[in-house]
Amino acid sequence: MAHGSKDEKVVYVGDSRVKKKSSQPLQPDYSSYPGKSEAFIPNFLLKEWMVGAVVLVGFLVLTISEAPPLGYPADPNNAAFIPIPDWYFLFLYQLLKYPYAAGDYVLIGTVLIPGIAFGGLMLAPFLDTGNERRFYKRPIATSLMLVSLAACVYLTVVSWDQYQHELEVQKIEPEHHKRVREAEKNALAGKPYNHPKPNDSVALVAADDPAMETYKKATCIACHGGELEGGGAPALLGVGDRLSKEEILTVIKDGRGAMPAMLDTATKAGVTEEELDKLADWLAKQKKE
Amino acid sequence: MFKGVYNWIDERLDITPIWRDVADHEVPEHVNPAHHFSAFVYCFGGLTFFITVIQILSGMFLTMSYVPDIQNAYYSVEYLQQRVAFGGIVRGMHHWGASLVIVMMFLHTLRVFFTGSYKAPREMNWVVGMLIFFVMLGLGFTGYLLPWDNKAYFATKVGMEIADTVPYIGPYLKELMQGGEIVGAQTLTRFFAIHVFFLPAALLGLLGAHFFMIRRQGISGPL
Ligand code: HEC
Ligand code: HEM
Repeated sequence: MAHGSKDEKVVYVGDSRVKKKSSQPLQPDYSSYPGKSEAFIPNFLLKEWMVGAVVLVGFLVLTISEAPPLGYPADPNNAAFIPIPDWYFLFLYQLLKYPYAAGDYVLIGTVLIPGIAFGGLMLAPFLDTGNERRFYKRPIATSLMLVSLAACVYLTVVSWDQYQHELEVQKIEPEHHKRVREAEKNALAGKPYNHPKPNDSVALVAADDPAMETYKKATCIACHGGELEGGGAPALLGVGDRLSKEEILTVIKDGRGAMPAMLDTATKAGVTEEELDKLADWLAKQKKE
Repeated sequence: MFKGVYNWIDERLDITPIWRDVADHEVPEHVNPAHHFSAFVYCFGGLTFFITVIQILSGMFLTMSYVPDIQNAYYSVEYLQQRVAFGGIVRGMHHWGASLVIVMMFLHTLRVFFTGSYKAPREMNWVVGMLIFFVMLGLGFTGYLLPWDNKAYFATKVGMEIADTVPYIGPYLKELMQGGEIVGAQTLTRFFAIHVFFLPAALLGLLGAHFFMIRRQGISGPL
């Protein structure tokens, strides 16, 4: 500053209050090192660019050969889904599964261990203040880093193994594989291969049909919604595009997956077989356009 | 012609010293893989920057198709991947690049650590580097939610539960990030804004500081 110590030399640039630099501070002069220095541009950058080009080619090969994964749309009610973070968070995720870092001790896993590790890393220059730079002459810093590295690799590998194991035991196919498989199947069958958007502006067909009353009376409404828009269960709008009348009737009578067999319930609610048949007929008419 | 335009601008603004300073600085032998193969470890910083540029460019193209709301996010990503020309490549570059940039940054950090380059006078640059590290992890975390598939949704939910356990501030932190009581519509718009505007802005600022300090201090000397 201009009003700093008295013996500081102050040179102003032009008519401004900006000091002119007297010399470049801290700029090391590599002429003191033996060897072949070269200018950054173009000499060095042209060589570094070759390294960049090799990396780029490898990267593009990966990108083209391996499509980025995409599963099915998020469904907060999906209780069976096994959560898994991206791979570089796995070490932390796995740490929290150990009893001494979970439950009552979860703070050890979420705050204490990561805090010490990352805090130590952040403050490394202020903890390791010696002049020695060679790693083999800094046993403490080097061994701490190697141990942490080994721990991270170990946790990551264990976490991934456990995830794979769980998928196997529960016989779950990862959704991004399933989606690709189904998309391929649909594409070969000439059907749209994108995931159908729920009630993708499919309108209710023949809303004044008497079957609408049957639909309400048979309590389908509780799960599939008052306008067939779905809720606890999938929407039935456009179900005629997916299933035939016979198939719908089978689903109603025998159930399927999480859908209970509805024949008894419907009969108890006073719905006749004939009305159920009409209902299936009407549902089969629920088509886009 | 080009030279004339350049000279015309240079006469007025004296821009030559600015780029000359970057172009002419010496690259010492010990960091030059052309002289010592093992010096390739000094390339990791530059490669991290290279992949970061790829992330920014591919991300800009992604936002042309992406719709940050819970009804459309998934379908916009699927549309991009299946229907838009080269959309799969654009998304692939951003997806795989996100992992690669972490790998490169990790290797770069290890290089700086094992060569003891974080020591005086480069302490501040190490701290800035660590901040970059956290910003990168933040970008990874927020970006993971955006496709809004089950993997995205449940990973974020777990992340929120972990944040929730932090004493005192945890619940507030969680609500701040979620924008409400649940991982939902607010969370997605919030993560989108953080991923696309807040963190990249912070990253560019930190990178500026990082490069400024490297240029001022020069690369650390040979071991
Ligand atoms: C307890 C809730 C519940 C009730 C009540 C219920 N359903 Fe369902 N329904 C479901 C569920 C859940 C599914 C999805 C089953 C699956 O994933 O395989 C389903 C699927 C269906 C399907 C197949 C949809 C498709 O896209 O493949 C049809 C058709 C159907 N229900 C019709 C009916 C009718 C008609 C009634 C009334 C008689 C009814 N449902 C009552 C829960 C219910
Ligand atoms: C986006 C992420 C980053 C980019 C693009 C980047 C880029 C660079 C570049 C180009 C260099 C010149 C030397 C070299 O290439 O090795 C450098 C040096 C340096 N980086 Fe980074 N870096 C990043 C992250 C980090 C991180 C995470 C740390 C550590 C916590 C770090 C600490 C340092 C230090 C201390 C130097 C000076 C090293 C020396 O003078 O030898 N950087 N960085």
